[in-house]
Order: sequence, then C-alpha cells, then structure tokens
Amino acid sequence: MARSDVLVDADWVEANLDNPQVAIVEVDEDTSAYEKNHIRNAIRIDWTKDLQDPVRRDFIDQEGFEKLLSAKGIANDTTVVLYGGNNNWFASYAYWYFKLYGHQDVKLLDGGRKKWELDSRDLVAEVPQRPATEYKAKAQNTSIRAFRDDVVAAIGAQNLVDVRSPDEFSGKLLAPAHLPQEQSQRPGHVPSARNIPWSKNANDDGTFKSDDELKALYQEEQVDLAKDTIAYCRIGERSALTWFVLHELLGVENVKNYDGSWTEYGSLVGVPIELGANK
Amino acid sequence: MCGAQPGGPDASTIKPGETTIQGYVTKDGEPVTGYVRLLDSTGEFTAEVPTSATGQFRFYAAEGTWTVRALVPGGTADRTVVAQHGGLAEVAIAV
Repeated sequence: MARSDVLVDADWVEANLDNPQVAIVEVDEDTSAYEKNHIRNAIRIDWTKDLQDPVRRDFIDQEGFEKLLSAKGIANDTTVVLYGGNNNWFASYAYWYFKLYGHQDVKLLDGGRKKWELDSRDLVAEVPQRPATEYKAKAQNTSIRAFRDDVVAAIGAQNLVDVRSPDEFSGKLLAPAHLPQEQSQRPGHVPSARNIPWSKNANDDGTFKSDDELKALYQEEQVDLAKDTIAYCRIGERSALTWFVLHELLGVENVKNYDGSWTEYGSLVGVPIELGANK
Repeated sequence: MCGAQPGGPDASTIKPGETTIQGYVTKDGEPVTGYVRLLDSTGEFTAEVPTSATGQFRFYAAEGTWTVRALVPGGTADRTVVAQHGGLAEVAIAV
C-alpha cells in the first residue's frame, strides 16, 4: 500500500472540498472543537457519543455502524478523509475503527487540524448536510483488534508496543499530563512491552515522519517486525496512530490495536505488571 | 473526562496537591492562540493542549524539570520550568 493511498496533505483536501465522492470528517478528542469551526464541508463524528456503545464498554455493533454512516451521508464507495486535533489521535482511532468495519477507502489528513491551523488555512462554522445513504458494514475484522487475553498471551512472546509517554510507562503518571489523573488503575506497563511513545512517529506539526525515519525508529527500538505486534496506550487512541504507522504506512502485517489498553489492563485482577523505565 | 479542553483541564478539576504547570502565550505582546507541548527532561513529548482564546494553558505533571514549547502560526518558542511536588508552576511564553 502506498503512503498516498492512506495519507493526504492539505492541498489535496482543499482541492476536494466540493467533491461529493469525498467525505471530510473531523474526529476530535475535544468533541466541541468542531462547533467552533472546522474545514469547510467537513462533517463531525463524535468519538464518545457516536462510536461507543451507550451501555457496555465496547464499540457500537455492525448495525449501529451502518446506521451511523448512513445518517452521516457516507456510502460504501465514499472516500473518507479523517482529521482531528491533538496530532490526529482520534482521527487515527476513527481510521482504525472504519477499517475494523471494512470501509475500503479511508485516508488521514497529514498533520490534522493543528497543521491546518498553524498554516492559517480557512475554517468555517457552517455545518454541511450530506444526503443519507444505505451503508452496509462488514463484520468486525478482529485481525486488527486485540483483547485482554491476547495481550496476556503476548507477554514475552510477541511485540508489545506501549505508546504512552515515558512517565505513564514507568508508572509515574496514570494519564497524559493534560488530563486529570484517574486513580482506578494500577500504574505501570505490561511486562516485556517496549515503550515507543506515539510522538516519535510524528513531527512537531503533527505530520508523520518519513517511511525511512519510521522504519529506523522501530529497528533502533529492537522491535522485530517479523513477529506479531500489539500496540496499546491508555484508551486505544494513541496506539491507533502507531497501528496506522506500522500497518498502513509501513505495511507490516499482524499488527493489532488493544483498545482496552491501560484503563482495562491496569484494572485487571491478577495480571502481571512491571514498573520502571524502558530497559 | 477525556477531552483536551482548550487551555488544559478545567480549573474545577484541579485537586489539592496536584502538580500543575500553567501559563499563557503572547506574540507581539498580545495573547495568541495555538498549541503548547510539554516535553520531559529528556526532550520527550509528554502532552499537548490547544491554548484558550486568551492564550492560556495548563498541564498536570510530576515533580521535575520540564520544557513547555508554544507552537503558533509563524513561530515557536521554548521555556524551561521546574515543577515542585504538589505545587503550581507558572510560565509566560512570548513567541
């Protein structure tokens, strides 16, 4: 898969703002950012309200995803371009989620909302309407989704890539430093995990590093990409970005994102936990 | 709460004893909106928030020496800040 199949730049987006075959979708960690302004003709998907089951801790099911995309005016053959704030964390999560339900043509806007803003490109408040569709989703492709038992089985056997910040990995912090520190879990990391923070994949402006730089990063960190890999973080959004890098940009097979991540693993009774910095 | 609020976490969520770094960003003497990154003592990225409309930001951190880096249209600037355990460290960044 070529990089240009999955990643587009701002000029590409500007040239396709009025293309009805393209749906530009903002998915933000701050779900209210869209209301202030957004890229013209972009619609919003709210990762908390639209993508999560309202009762259980799980995703909406196949039928729910069909309803969501139909209502949003996204058809099976629509090119979906995702972007968001915070270096595309939640846009990457949505990308992985669209792939989980088998959407064919999904792309990320390189640099997301931050680069768009830093380049002083236009943002508008007007909310567009897309005509409803009859979207058909596929069953979840669990070859890209890890569950807790997969993670426990992977200890010492597969690559575990912990993409949180070094202080979260070592157990110093329980959440990223811009969020309140919830106290429900034990701090630390899954034994045998390598700490390769998501941020090493990206430049300051939020764009992804080159394929060569990315390959060198995982080689230097001694990740044997011939082995199966599970990426995790706190709630599975930053690790979706690392999944995107490994699976979509570098074309590595057998990479899963563990969306339960540390909020699940750190709350499990009886599983092993390791403290301390990367060895 | 999971959203990165402009300006960082809401003041009402600060718990007593939490180690906090906060401040504001200006350009040519005026508040400017953009992004602020928190880097640890090795220069590793730790967190990033969009500033509020008045250029303010806030992070929860741990005790230690940190770098805060402002990214605004047309410029960036770094400041070093030392956070004390349970204390509030304030920093002004002029880009």
